[in-house]
Amino acid sequence: MFNIKQCIAPVALAFSLVACSSSDDDSDPIIIDPPPPPPLEYQFELTFGNLTNAQPLSPILAVLHQDSSIWTIGEASSSGLELLAESGDNSELSAASFVTANATTADVLPPGMTETVTIMTTNADALQLSLVTMLVNTNDAFTGNSMIDLSSLMVGDSLSLRSAVYDAGTEANSEASGTIPGPADGGEGFNSMRDDVDYVSRHPGVVGLDDGLSSSVLNNEHKFDNPAMSVMIVRVQ
Amino acid sequence: MKTKQLITAGLFSLCSVSASAQELTITVTNLTQGMHFTPLIVAAHDENASMFTVTTEASAELIAIAEGGDISGMSTLLATVNADVVENPAGGLLAGAGTTEMNLSTADGNQMLSITAMMLPTNDGFVGLDSWPIPSEAGTYTILLNAYDAGSEANDELVVGDAGGPPGNPGIPAAPGGNAGANGTGIVDSQTNGNVHIHRGALGDDDLEGRQSDLDSRIHRWLNPVAKVTVVVE
Repeated sequence: MFNIKQCIAPVALAFSLVACSSSDDDSDPIIIDPPPPPPLEYQFELTFGNLTNAQPLSPILAVLHQDSSIWTIGEASSSGLELLAESGDNSELSAASFVTANATTADVLPPGMTETVTIMTTNADALQLSLVTMLVNTNDAFTGNSMIDLSSLMVGDSLSLRSAVYDAGTEANSEASGTIPGPADGGEGFNSMRDDVDYVSRHPGVVGLDDGLSSSVLNNEHKFDNPAMSVMIVRVQ
Repeated sequence: MKTKQLITAGLFSLCSVSASAQELTITVTNLTQGMHFTPLIVAAHDENASMFTVTTEASAELIAIAEGGDISGMSTLLATVNADVVENPAGGLLAGAGTTEMNLSTADGNQMLSITAMMLPTNDGFVGLDSWPIPSEAGTYTILLNAYDAGSEANDELVVGDAGGPPGNPGIPAAPGGNAGANGTGIVDSQTNGNVHIHRGALGDDDLEGRQSDLDSRIHRWLNPVAKVTVVVE
């Protein structure tokens, strides 16, 4: 794409000069400044794979940014992360002030499936990639990667990553009926009340009815271990 | 320094891989406490081949490994792509915390390393490494491996003996530690995710005479990673 644009520009310039000189012989030649070179585009193709047995992933959000991480172990979740981790809604995070570019998968990604999105920026200072999505058959578990540095990735280079599971710490892992938005329950998603530790950590895993949590709507199918998601990043431009 | 080498090799895979023949010394350690690995199959192959790929269906050859520990079909398949293969380096089962070491000479172009073995007792769980790019630079590299579910058999967690080994037959062929139960009713009778995925772990229970599972929830569980691989590139 970049090379094509470079080729087209001089051709257009030549045509305009010819047109001007033939239509008005008396005036001075019009000097047309060459157009500024187009800003360098960084375009990445992101392919996500759901590696869990029975945890659909909510629409996966990818953001490019310069600083500010979406989460930090030991610190409280932002309201945008809380909303995503409890309900799967990534709209608030995608519009966060530090985000310079974003992309999201269109739908929930079922277990065993893959989906690809493209994210693009011309901001060479904002090439930190962060990814986040909810494991929807949980209270507030999410998976993703924080601050992947893409600045040294050349066109054609690829990067393969796996994503661990974190707990947003904003909702107790009751696994109770009515508290889980995924198909295992169909319960409530977001609730602004924080009734858990209020810091982000690795997730301890789900327990489930089969493992003795009598009030759980989850069963052995919903268990998971790390990693929950595969990520392939290819710089395509 | 070694960590940096590992990261570079893992992340920018196309930049640092050598297509030349190499001499490798490979050590595999079973990091679990109570799970056995069936005979390992370790192979260097080109980038067009793989033993398994997550989010895709397992091949018949992989299913034979994951359900019954049978590496013969995979060995035949790898021979057809001119892979360099080490079979059964431990001379049988590799018990929890056990280590085995092997040498692998790779041919030109066989720059990807893959490893698989069944984990016992599971229905179709296996430890796997898929196409790790072998670095060109001499050094010692460490890789941690996860446990996968082949997606081919329901995790009923019933230990049924040899009948459970062949592909398509339900049940777990063996619990080599001799510490499993019997007469369980079965956890599930169907497979939810039919593609290769990260194993959700065993459930088990604490009743060796019945209940749902023949596995012991106090013994037959694990968390990733389940194996450590050290590769010395000469």
